[in-house]
Amino acid sequence: MRYSAFSIVRNALSGNLNWKQQWRQPQPKSHYDVIIVGGGGHGLATAYYLAKEFGVKNVAVLEKGYLGSGNVGRNTTIVRSNYMLPGNEPFYEFSMKLWEGLEQDLNYNVMLSQRGVIMLYHSDGQRDAYIRRGNAMWMEGVSAELIEREQLKKMIPFLNYDHARYPILGGLLQRRAGTARHDAVAWGYARGADQHGVDIIEHCEVTGIRRENGVVTGVETSKGFIGCGKLALAAAGNSSQVGEMADLKLPLESHVLQAFVTEGLKPCIDHVIVYGGGHFYISQSDKGGLVFGAEIDGYSSYAQRGNLATAEHVMEEGVSMIPGLSRVRVLRAWGGVMDMSMDGSPIIDRTSIDNLYLNCGWCYGGFKATPASGYCFAHLIARNDTHPVARALRLDRFARGYAVDEAGAGPQPNLH
Amino acid sequence: MASLITCPHCGVRPKEEFAVRGDASLIRPASSASDAAWHDYVYVRVNPRGRTLEHWHHVAGCRRFLVVERDTVTHEVYSVVDGAAAAREVRR
Repeated sequence: MRYSAFSIVRNALSGNLNWKQQWRQPQPKSHYDVIIVGGGGHGLATAYYLAKEFGVKNVAVLEKGYLGSGNVGRNTTIVRSNYMLPGNEPFYEFSMKLWEGLEQDLNYNVMLSQRGVIMLYHSDGQRDAYIRRGNAMWMEGVSAELIEREQLKKMIPFLNYDHARYPILGGLLQRRAGTARHDAVAWGYARGADQHGVDIIEHCEVTGIRRENGVVTGVETSKGFIGCGKLALAAAGNSSQVGEMADLKLPLESHVLQAFVTEGLKPCIDHVIVYGGGHFYISQSDKGGLVFGAEIDGYSSYAQRGNLATAEHVMEEGVSMIPGLSRVRVLRAWGGVMDMSMDGSPIIDRTSIDNLYLNCGWCYGGFKATPASGYCFAHLIARNDTHPVARALRLDRFARGYAVDEAGAGPQPNLH
Repeated sequence: MASLITCPHCGVRPKEEFAVRGDASLIRPASSASDAAWHDYVYVRVNPRGRTLEHWHHVAGCRRFLVVERDTVTHEVYSVVDGAAAAREVRR
């Protein structure tokens, strides 16, 4: 069923009792051409593009929990393409362009809101760094604007401009960036994939990867053995565990990142604002809650909850940037497990096993990448060939000396 | 919880006094070792779900590197020993 204004009226008149389930609940078949491990945003997007763009329809997505229970439902919903390095920027801009057409493509309201993302600078050196980044974006055909202090004061009057340690001197703005409704992205891709014949199998945990003569023949799961022609891993924070089932050793460390939402307020924050004095970022949801987060907790963790000291630090950063936040009450806090890579950039690549494909290392930037990650991963799986915008995101880049280190932090995963 | 770390030199201290350096189970290869051995040492991590050994630097205390054994799921801390003592143990 396609959604339209007419379908809303028709279902309203029949008491909203006739809406159909958005995707089927199939039992697994004995064999698929492609099995994708992980029913998060990236796994579902991969399945959708495999079926729709690359004509591979005999596909299953295996999810150990319920659909969207991982990081796709735990992020702070920001989408942007304001990266600096040539290995990253074309990929994220490809993603941004897919975001701009996603609602029409999926026939699903993902509530994309291109409200603009502004990153604040607090010193001349940081201003220079942001000018450099803005120019790097222009080099890839992506618009960026430097907003100086007086102009910024008119745009966002409530910031702490005269902070003694981190005075706000201006910011780098990407107007096309913004937010999207994260759950709707998972549901929209799931519905789209399902309509193209993909089986989405929830509560089906992969417990082993069966191999014969050096190729994968299928996966052991909590619902029994399922055979496959190709196996694609998109397990985010649990990539090391799933990879280990096929003896893969990965350049990853899992860390916990927290996010927070406050009580609902009247519209007050019109943009996504990123603090340059720390790593704090904030936006306001359509329900009115302020959604924010900052750094990872710093120690490796698989717990989907964070530490109170980090929560306190995040709030301090927020209040330092917007003093008025001090009187807002926080409603909820949660944590997600980030697959932090050794250079802060993701991996979309083949592995040492011919029919095993890998998608991981998204650090805390995975949500914005969802469409491009799915598209490029599907391209790789279907054609056995890397998509042009994902060429720098190879697994062997560390060994070859081509790390894509946006933060310049070196091989220290908790610093990216 | 990993909120409190018992430093062998300073006693029970809040975790905010420490900086986490990373996996302490890795052993630095010889300088003449192969590129592959160095690649594994610098970039590849076991990333265990469960017990793990990590180097924690007590930056706001004795400034010693410690080896903390803890659980990455429950955050329970099992043991904390001085890094030099742990290294001697490995060499033995």
